[in-house]
This record gives sequence, C-alpha cells and structure tokens, in this order.
Amino acid sequence: MSQLAASAVTAPAKAETVLVADPRARARARRQKIIVRVLQLTVFVVFVGGWELLSQLKVLDPFFFGQPSKIAVQMGDWLKNGTEAGSIWTQVGVTMEEALLGFAIGVVAGIVCGIALGRVPMLSKIFGPYIKVMNSIPRIVLGSIFIVWLGLGLSSKVALAIVLVFFAVFFNAYQGTREVDRNLVANARILGASGRQVTTQVVLPSALTWIIASLHVSFGFALIGAIVGEFLGAQKGLGLLIRQAQDTFNPNAVFAAMVIIAVVALVAEGLIALLERVLLSWRPPQLSGTEL
Amino acid sequence: MTAAIELRNATKRFRTPAGAIYTALRDLNLVVEPGEFCAVVGPTGCGKSTTLSLISGLETASGGKVLVNGEPVTGIGPGIGFMFQTDAVFPWKSVLANVAAGPLFRGVPKRQALDNARDWLRRVGLSGFADRHPHQLSGGMRKRVALAQSLINEPRILLMDEPFSALDVQTRSIMSDELLALWELSRPTVVFITHDLEEAIALADKVVVMTAGPGTIKATFHVELPRPRKVQEIRFDPKFVELYHRIWESLRDEVQLAYARTTTAA
Repeated sequence: MSQLAASAVTAPAKAETVLVADPRARARARRQKIIVRVLQLTVFVVFVGGWELLSQLKVLDPFFFGQPSKIAVQMGDWLKNGTEAGSIWTQVGVTMEEALLGFAIGVVAGIVCGIALGRVPMLSKIFGPYIKVMNSIPRIVLGSIFIVWLGLGLSSKVALAIVLVFFAVFFNAYQGTREVDRNLVANARILGASGRQVTTQVVLPSALTWIIASLHVSFGFALIGAIVGEFLGAQKGLGLLIRQAQDTFNPNAVFAAMVIIAVVALVAEGLIALLERVLLSWRPPQLSGTEL
Repeated sequence: MTAAIELRNATKRFRTPAGAIYTALRDLNLVVEPGEFCAVVGPTGCGKSTTLSLISGLETASGGKVLVNGEPVTGIGPGIGFMFQTDAVFPWKSVLANVAAGPLFRGVPKRQALDNARDWLRRVGLSGFADRHPHQLSGGMRKRVALAQSLINEPRILLMDEPFSALDVQTRSIMSDELLALWELSRPTVVFITHDLEEAIALADKVVVMTAGPGTIKATFHVELPRPRKVQEIRFDPKFVELYHRIWESLRDEVQLAYARTTTAA
C-alpha cells in the first residue's frame, strides 16, 4: 500500500526537478495546471448542474434521487433550525468524537501489536493465524454485537471504529517492522543500543513510513465505524441523521449528511498529510511530497 | 602478548530457506595482533563478511573458537566498531545525532555526547553539516559520518566490510588516506575486507587471502611498506608492485574458481 502511495507521488516530484532547470517547461506546467483546474470545475458544474436540470425536468425523479438545490436548502435548515436530535454541530461533534477516539486507540494498539509481533517471531507464530482469521471476518457485523454489549451510547461506536482501524494499522506496522534494514539494526547494536533502544530508535522510525501510509486509510475506517455504529442504533450523530432520512424517504438529507462527512474526511486527510510531512521530513523530497 | 583477534578452526554453517546446509566458513584460522591493520581479500561469496560477523558477535560460530582479546565471543562486545558495506547511518537522524548515537546508546549524558560528536565531525571535516540529514550528503560524506559514528566509541577493534566499495575511485583513495590518518591517532586493530587488492596492500600491515567458499585462509602476506603512506602514490613503489604480483598469483586461482562456479550454476 505504501509502495503504491510512494510510486504515486514520485512522478510529480521528478517532473518538478526538470521544471526548475527550464523556464519554458515551468510555464508549460503552469498552463497545464490551469487547464486541469478549469476542467475539474467543468466536471463539477456539468455533473451537479445536469443533476439539478434533470430533476427540474422530472427526468430524474427528485423523490428518489434528490436535487442539489434542495440538498443545499436542507443543509441551511440544519444550520438554522438544527435537527430532530439537536443542533447540527452536536451531531458532527458526536460523530467526530467517536471517530477520533476510535482512531487514536486503534492506531496506538495497531502500532504496539504490529511492532511486537514484527520484533518477536514467537509472538507472530502464535497469534498469526488468529489475526488472519479475525481479519477475514467482515468486521462491520461486529457493530451489532457491540451495540448489544455496550449500548446505544458512545462506547459501541468507538469499539467498532477501533476494530476497523486496528487491522489496517497493525498490518502496516508489522510489515514495516519486518522490512527494517537489517544493517541498521546491526549497526545500532554494535554502537551499543539495547533491545528497547533498537525498537524505539531504529524500528519505530523506520516503520513510520509504512504506519503513516496506513493512517490515510484508517481515518476513513474510523469514520465508517462511527457512522455505521450510529446507523445501527444511536441517539445522536451523523449516522443517525442518515438513518432518520432513510426512514422518512428524504434523499436530500442523506446527501446533505454525506457532504458534511466528506468535508470532515477531507479536513482530517489534510491534517494527516501535514503530520506526515513533519514526521517524515528526513526523507528525500521525491518521496515525501504530497502532491495528490 | 594476547592476540586481539583469534579464530581457531572457525566454521559457520547456515541453513538455506530450502532446508539445505550451506557452509560459509570451514576451519578458518586467523590471528590479528593488537594495533595491526589486517586486510582480507578473496573472491565473491567466500565468507569474508561472515568472518566479520563472527568477530563482532552478530553471529555465533557453528564450530571452532572465536576469541577477542583472549576471551571467547559470546555477544556484541563494547570495544568493537563496525563499518558496513552499504549505508548504515540512520536516515531519520541528523548528521550530528548520527555521530552522537553510540555514546547516547551507552548512557553518556546528552550534552557531553553532542560535544564529543561535534569534535568528531570536525575531525572528519563535516563541521558545517551537523544539521543535515544523510540523504542530503554525497556518498563520500556519508562514509565519513559512518566513520565518525564508529570511531566516537573509541573501539579497540574496528571491523570494516568493504566500506568504500560504493565510492568512485578518486573519492575512495581520499577516504583511504583519511582512514589511515585517523587510524594512526589511536591505532585500533583493524580487519578490513575488500575486493580491491591495491586498496588492501596500500592500507594494511598484513594481507590475508581467502579461498573460494567454503572460505578458509589460503595465504598470508606481510606488507613491509613504510608508514605514513600516501595511498595514491604508494602503488608506484617497486616493492608494492612486486607484492601485488605475488598476492595476485595466490588470489587469481580462487577468483577464477568462484567465477567458474557462478557461470556453471547459472
């Protein structure tokens, strides 16, 4: 996965080094960037405009497919009058709280377990098959169990987010630990590092590339966990809004909630990219760029 | 006087992933005196690196004895420095932090370790690069970081596994001169592995030729060239040329044997 991410960002960085050398190439790249932006905007206008137009003309039935203008109205209504479960900000806050808690706990647990199993072959031999089995279960079904166990409150959603995040981070941390350059470990040991120092000062920083690659996906998983958890049973949250909208056949509210979730996810993605740039600043630029 | 390093009938066998047993070293006997600069040459795959792993304690021998300062090697000793063939400096640490790593691992207070590291950076000519990261340096500069990183621990034994093989020829001879200058300061015992016979003779007091694997010692040659030496110039010394011919006579058969194996196996 991280290899994929790395190969995705290598190309633009290479192109950039060429640009610096040649002003004509730089101008061409700038022009190309503008063209790309214009085309992106065009795609948006055509899609949303077409959707609006077709629903106004009743080619698309707004009862099933919603309508962009009504989605905007719905969001305005939520902002002004709140939702049935309280203010819209409370809903966003509750979902974020669940997602962030699940994310934080899942990430820490994933890193600790991944590095432990990666460093201690005996542990990976014992737990390996169990982890594979648990990973092959579609974990989203655990949501129902968690609601039975933990009730309709915060903890059942957090638990679901944790299990989703844990495995994504775990496998990357494990792989990252296994791929640590043996020379670096040998060098640290010769220089006098203890086993613990090797883990914290060699294995962790070198597995960080892998771990951070998994954070991008796992925040998405945390959001899925929180929202599906709310969907299955909750008193507050964006998932509940979607559920209520579904029950009242209101596609506009479903889409409005989706837009809010997308904004939250994009902001989180931006923060993780920032974290990545800070933590991995030691890497040569063609690997640490986040152009996409 | 106790030898700094002594291998007696050292043997090392590995189990290959397929389950077969591969003998890397067989009955290897080697003695290196304290303060001696010993170069080891031999064909590819003859177990040169394995020899260093045994001395350093990174690997244990399957048979025979490995003694350092007269004591059997049971683990990684504190008096050993190791320079690896590939870059083994920590890419996420700054140059200064890389050099200070050894003392910090060993519990030296941070301030003292950093001061000491700055001292060593000056000695290897990298004072202005303390805050850089390894990827911002040239190959030769990274080697100097690695050298300072090893020497800061003041090892009595320095093991070097083809440390300069990745460098271009000019940089390599400059690095060799710098290595000799630093070595003269404290005269640790050195075992220096190389493919390059010229490099071996120019640096060492003693050149050991290993056989094609399973490796063992074929011959030992003493290099009676005066020190201090200039690596660039010493290769034109008639004694150097004569010695080169003698050692090459011994090495050639092993190289050809190893080469023949790689071509028939392929």
